Amino acid sequence: MTRETALNALLGLGLLAVALTAHAAGWTFTVTLATKVAILALAGAGLNIALGFGGLVSFGHAAFFGIGGYAAGILASHAMFYEPLVTWPVEIEGTRAMPVIWLVAMAASGLAALAIGALSLRTRGVFFIMITLAFAQMIFYFAISWPAYGGEDGLSLGVRNTFAGLNTLDPLSFFAICYTLLMIVLGLTALLRCSAFGLALDGARQNAERLKSLGIDPTRVLLTAFCLSGMVTGLSGALYADLNRFVSPAMLSWQTSGEIMVFVILGGVGRLFGPLAGAALYIVLEHNLGGVSEHWQFLLGLLLLLVVLFARGGLIGLVAGERRHG
Amino acid sequence: MVPGCGSISRNARGTPVTVSLLFEQTLNGLQFGVMLFLMAAGLTLVFGVMGLINLAHGSLYMAGAFACAGVAAATGSYWLGLVASLVAAAAAGAIIEVVVIRRLYDRDHLDQVLATFALILMFSEGTRWLFGSFPLYLDLPAALKGAVRLPGGIDYPRFRLALIAIGLALALALMWLINRTRLGMRIRAGEADREMIAALGVDITRLYTIVFALGAGLAGLAGALVGTVQSVQVGMGEPVLILAFVVVVIGGIGSIKGALLGAVLVGLTDTLGRFLLPQAFALFMDPSRATSIGSALASMSIYILMAMVLVWKPGGLYGGANGS
Repeated sequence: MTRETALNALLGLGLLAVALTAHAAGWTFTVTLATKVAILALAGAGLNIALGFGGLVSFGHAAFFGIGGYAAGILASHAMFYEPLVTWPVEIEGTRAMPVIWLVAMAASGLAALAIGALSLRTRGVFFIMITLAFAQMIFYFAISWPAYGGEDGLSLGVRNTFAGLNTLDPLSFFAICYTLLMIVLGLTALLRCSAFGLALDGARQNAERLKSLGIDPTRVLLTAFCLSGMVTGLSGALYADLNRFVSPAMLSWQTSGEIMVFVILGGVGRLFGPLAGAALYIVLEHNLGGVSEHWQFLLGLLLLLVVLFARGGLIGLVAGERRHG
Repeated sequence: MVPGCGSISRNARGTPVTVSLLFEQTLNGLQFGVMLFLMAAGLTLVFGVMGLINLAHGSLYMAGAFACAGVAAATGSYWLGLVASLVAAAAAGAIIEVVVIRRLYDRDHLDQVLATFALILMFSEGTRWLFGSFPLYLDLPAALKGAVRLPGGIDYPRFRLALIAIGLALALALMWLINRTRLGMRIRAGEADREMIAALGVDITRLYTIVFALGAGLAGLAGALVGTVQSVQVGMGEPVLILAFVVVVIGGIGSIKGALLGAVLVGLTDTLGRFLLPQAFALFMDPSRATSIGSALASMSIYILMAMVLVWKPGGLYGGANGS
């Protein structure tokens, strides 16, 4: 077992242990924080597929996070008021069932990622960063100016959506759902990395020309990765909406894109459990620095700056050492 | 209806679309465009010359606006405030270049994005610390108050006309600087081949600081000018930063000419889109739906413009072929 595997196990089990201990001690708020860490780690895990494995610096993942959130919000609000979502050509009702919402959220964010990715992947490098940011901003402004689902005020979900056999309003049950999904996604990501597709994706990041000469189109590989990445982040958005029982355009804002990116980078780019480490550290900092000073964001910025300048490789890089493969 | 102005249609609120109103909105769009140019010019120069993506450019815009508000409030002179905005933003730019940005030139874009994102957090929170989170408002000097009657009988605010004039004058001055002076020659050479001009004895480190401070000063001035029309508050820089990115993408990275064209295109598309789209939809649907669909579409219009330019020319209008 390498140090990184040990650290991954520690992180994964640590989050579970925190939630279980907090539940046993009756600290509901801590359970909710652990749930938030799991959900944000999932958002980061999505971005990590594009950013870490594909080398695509997307500054627009808030778009997929928000689309997932709005998918949950819109379906739930239609179910709440018994208004059909679409009446023509077939009547489609809203729903409160989480699995259906997750599928819709992933489909919607996947389609958005396909469209945004297809346009953005015409360029690389710094253009790609600016364009993904701009498209996310476009969706943000659309959400603000479209009055049907709350516009600037956001949309309330009322009660939390349902999952067969569980009381989702119980903090530990909802944590279990989010944690299980995070572990499934991280497991699938690990499999993806070893697959032929994962190797091609590594190749597309390292040397697109060589990949091309092997007969594989790097753009198609990257676009597929971008879609998968968007879908996972969309799923986390749906969970986040359920956590807060509220969606608002803030989920789509550029700050959210920046934060998701910070989770990945704080933890370590391209590390399987990097997003979990990053999200956990971010939430811990947010809650502890908040106590030190109301201007905790200044301290957070300073810390981030120091990490970028002096601790490359993020938290996991710091503990487990350099990655062996470029 | 004003005779001789030629009515085109009526919008949802019943305001007639006249040629004079259209002219006024075009001027507004132009004013928005030239201000965007001041912001985008620094961004595109810094990227073209140093290969650096600087998210903190919006913070320099904000710093300029606050410097103007602070100095204008302390001295009572708006003009001193404008000078202060230029100087303070350029100084802030030079400081962050020497302390932080310089270490990022040979890092990858991801590190640059994260480090400058961290700078935004620090700038925003630091400004909130100093000035509080309430918006500040700037008072115009008497010379710029009131309206000017333009041919066609339109009363147009004098200050907005001044903004267009200042923006265009600075654009011309910047092009002269880049194309006609020794400093501009060095900047262009730095864009083409940084090792070569270093070998020819140009102090590249100092050149980079100058370019960064120049871009920062322009952004700061734009912040002060736009802050006068709107308000001066924390977080005012980031929406403009993202628009400036759109401008740079449309114009092509590193091209001042492209930035000017892109900025005017974005300014006009946004302003005229907000004005015309709701009215265009009102021609064939009921007014309230037309307003909501029209304004939602208008808020997306510049991004659609950007997508179209990308499909047509992935490197931007004046950029290289591949956009990398």
